Amino acid sequence: MSHHLVEARSLMYAYPDGNQALNGVSFRIEHGESVAIIGGNGAGKSTLLLHLNGLLKPAAGSVRVGDLPLVSETLPQIRRTIGMLFQDPDDQLFMANVYDDVAFGPANMGLPPDEIDVRVRASLDIVGAGHLAMRPPYQLSGGEKRAVAIAGVLAMSPSILVMDEPSSGLDPAARRRLINLLRGFSHTKIIATHDLDLVLDLCSRVLVMHEGRIEADGRAEEIFADAELLARCQLELPLSRQPRTAPPL
Amino acid sequence: MSRIGDALRDLHSLDAIAARPGVLASLDPRAKILATLAFIVAVVSFDRYAILALLPFALFPVALAALGDVPLRLVARKLLIASPFALMIGIFNPLLDRATLVDLFGVGVSGGWVSFASILLRFMLTVAAALVLTATTGFYRVCAGLTQLGVPRIFTTQLLFLHRYADVLAGEVARMGAAHELRACGRQRPSLSVYGSLLGHLLLRALERAQRIHLAMVARGFAGELRVLRPQCWRHADALFLSGCIACFVLARHIDLPRALGRWLIGVAA
Amino acid sequence: MHMADALISPTVGVTLWAASTATLAWCSRRIRQGDEERLIPLMGVLGAFVFAVQMINFTIPATGSSGHIGGGLLLSILLGPHAACVVIASILTVQALFFADGGLLALGANIFNLGVFPCFAGYLLVYRPLLGADRLASSQRRITIVATLAAVVGSQLGAFAVVLETMFSGISNLPISTFLLLMQPIHLAIGLVEGLATAIVILFVRRARPDLFMANAASPIPISSRKPLLLALGIATVLTAGVFSWFASTQPDGLEWSIAHAAGSATLPAPESGFHTAQAQHKITGMTDDKPPTGRSNEAAWPAVDSSRSLASLIGAAITLGLVISIGYLLRRRRSSS
Repeated sequence: MSHHLVEARSLMYAYPDGNQALNGVSFRIEHGESVAIIGGNGAGKSTLLLHLNGLLKPAAGSVRVGDLPLVSETLPQIRRTIGMLFQDPDDQLFMANVYDDVAFGPANMGLPPDEIDVRVRASLDIVGAGHLAMRPPYQLSGGEKRAVAIAGVLAMSPSILVMDEPSSGLDPAARRRLINLLRGFSHTKIIATHDLDLVLDLCSRVLVMHEGRIEADGRAEEIFADAELLARCQLELPLSRQPRTAPPL
Repeated sequence: MSRIGDALRDLHSLDAIAARPGVLASLDPRAKILATLAFIVAVVSFDRYAILALLPFALFPVALAALGDVPLRLVARKLLIASPFALMIGIFNPLLDRATLVDLFGVGVSGGWVSFASILLRFMLTVAAALVLTATTGFYRVCAGLTQLGVPRIFTTQLLFLHRYADVLAGEVARMGAAHELRACGRQRPSLSVYGSLLGHLLLRALERAQRIHLAMVARGFAGELRVLRPQCWRHADALFLSGCIACFVLARHIDLPRALGRWLIGVAA
Repeated sequence: MHMADALISPTVGVTLWAASTATLAWCSRRIRQGDEERLIPLMGVLGAFVFAVQMINFTIPATGSSGHIGGGLLLSILLGPHAACVVIASILTVQALFFADGGLLALGANIFNLGVFPCFAGYLLVYRPLLGADRLASSQRRITIVATLAAVVGSQLGAFAVVLETMFSGISNLPISTFLLLMQPIHLAIGLVEGLATAIVILFVRRARPDLFMANAASPIPISSRKPLLLALGIATVLTAGVFSWFASTQPDGLEWSIAHAAGSATLPAPESGFHTAQAQHKITGMTDDKPPTGRSNEAAWPAVDSSRSLASLIGAAITLGLVISIGYLLRRRRSSS
């Protein structure tokens, strides 16, 4: 598939406890775009991401990835196309050591051991974690865990990267390394985040979510110029854009 | 909550020791597992009054610990911590079996004390063997060895997951426990209802985490079968190690080596 | 309580290993195909959860002493007895390998005592039947009572098994009556508290997140599969009773002997009867040993041991120990220098 677009049409979803998380979400993301999804807590960002590779099934509406509709038959193929990074790397690094974890995806794809080895080493090298191959996860720092999680996703050769709060919990240096790494990827990137400065560094387009709907969809500069929109959606300007109002203590 | 911290440290320290390179590290885990089991069976097969004949068996854990660089202090500490049950039951022997069994240079030693000493000796030998097995092999390779020995895959997968998430969950438990302690005004242990509430919260978080992990696994193509644990090849060195160990155990089991050695020396001296 | 290798004999250890292995293999097969995908992470995390919370103690009301949850009943309610048994077995394995909590040979016995009994006897045969089909909607009081009963049944059976195993191993002198008196009341308290704690936790989760609870609560096990279980338990009971009574009858003095011992040796005369006792004990342990211990073949020498024999033993012991320590030391030196 050369043209990987991600398209959502009128997605509706309610959690079992009655919370209507998605209230008619529609968008279309083209191949190679870098899109940020921002919004307050409970706006529906994570829920939306989980719909993109079929981990949640919408009550109404549909998702398309490339030229495939998202139905149970196409799930395996779509899950190879979309690589998903979860918010807590501990949820994603569930194997006994780094090598086995990165090999998990390729192994499930049915690849032979030699091919798996090639992919694992290549992915670890891309994220700069080659030296961590036999480490158990509990010995890794937050940044290292995040890097290994990314390697695990890359090893499946996805075309689209979907990330939920990728910079949360990282120290400034690790965060910078992450941003530089992601900048180098040519994949389509869909990033749900509170880190508005990362959005400035990485994403050209921004979707603003509020109460399960897309409130705004436009270029990052336009969105961040709309103060009223930001306030309504429990957001602010990125920290790097905010003037210093209070004198230093 | 220092108990949890200690437990986690133990979990990790044994694995860290096992990760060091060495002659033992290259042995197939199956050989080490089987040798340890044979050792334990040999040790516990002695009758209750055996003491002398057990002594040569100490060479197995001592030698392996030395070759694997396992610190003695670690093993000794764990021996102490793990001793209560065996001690508690064993201490009844001297209380119950008061008849003199052995006359040691004129001092009568009751059978109870002899069997108590035997229990202690058995305890130290078997516990040391188990710890040395873990410390010279590492949990991951023990699981790999078990899988190759035929243990059902769902069980070894369970072992690995348990080991993986033990410290994540223990961390949550420790933090919640610490938070409780800080507001408990001196009361060390929570009451039953508070305990239930603490556990309830922790269980909820565990259930939610399990759901997220499930999603992460499915997102990477998981369909129920875990394909892991590169199998190890059985080599001559492994066969040699295992058969050598078993031969020594059988020999030491059937010949009371210390007594024979003592008698021979006296005979030579005389 | 975990059985230690120090108190177990090979026969008992291997027998219970066989029983546990068979049970675990059966449980592994029964964990439904198709549900593995959901169960694998759930079992892993819940296993880690139980492992972690076993390290928190709470105050047992009205006694001032402390206890902790075992987890068998809780896991069975959340996972079903088969998966729960596998999880408990994994926790016990980690405890044996890392913390010397229970021996490796005794692991089979511990899996049976602490896994099979709470999960199958406690949960499957008490908790489920008593709560009926709508167990998820039962009242608070009902769940508390039934959970307590189930936990008590599980822990009492487990404790009784420990007593039998220790007795049959013959390493400890503890007569069965004393041992039972020690174990059963303690485990009654443990079971009560475990049941109460389990009930509190289950009710909490049910109130806070009914959806999570429903999703994870064990699905019904068809009645047809309960019958073989009851049959197995029945056979086990009959066997135990039969073997025990055979044992008691072939050793006519068996029980009286152990009771006489428990009474203290005030009534026992001089070392001669010590010799007889050693003989009797040797006969009993002889059931588990195929070879008589060396150095004891000329029994006529008991108890008047000649001093040269003692000397030989002491010298031999000292030299053996010295050899072991030196070899260990040399090996370490060689390791650190290489």
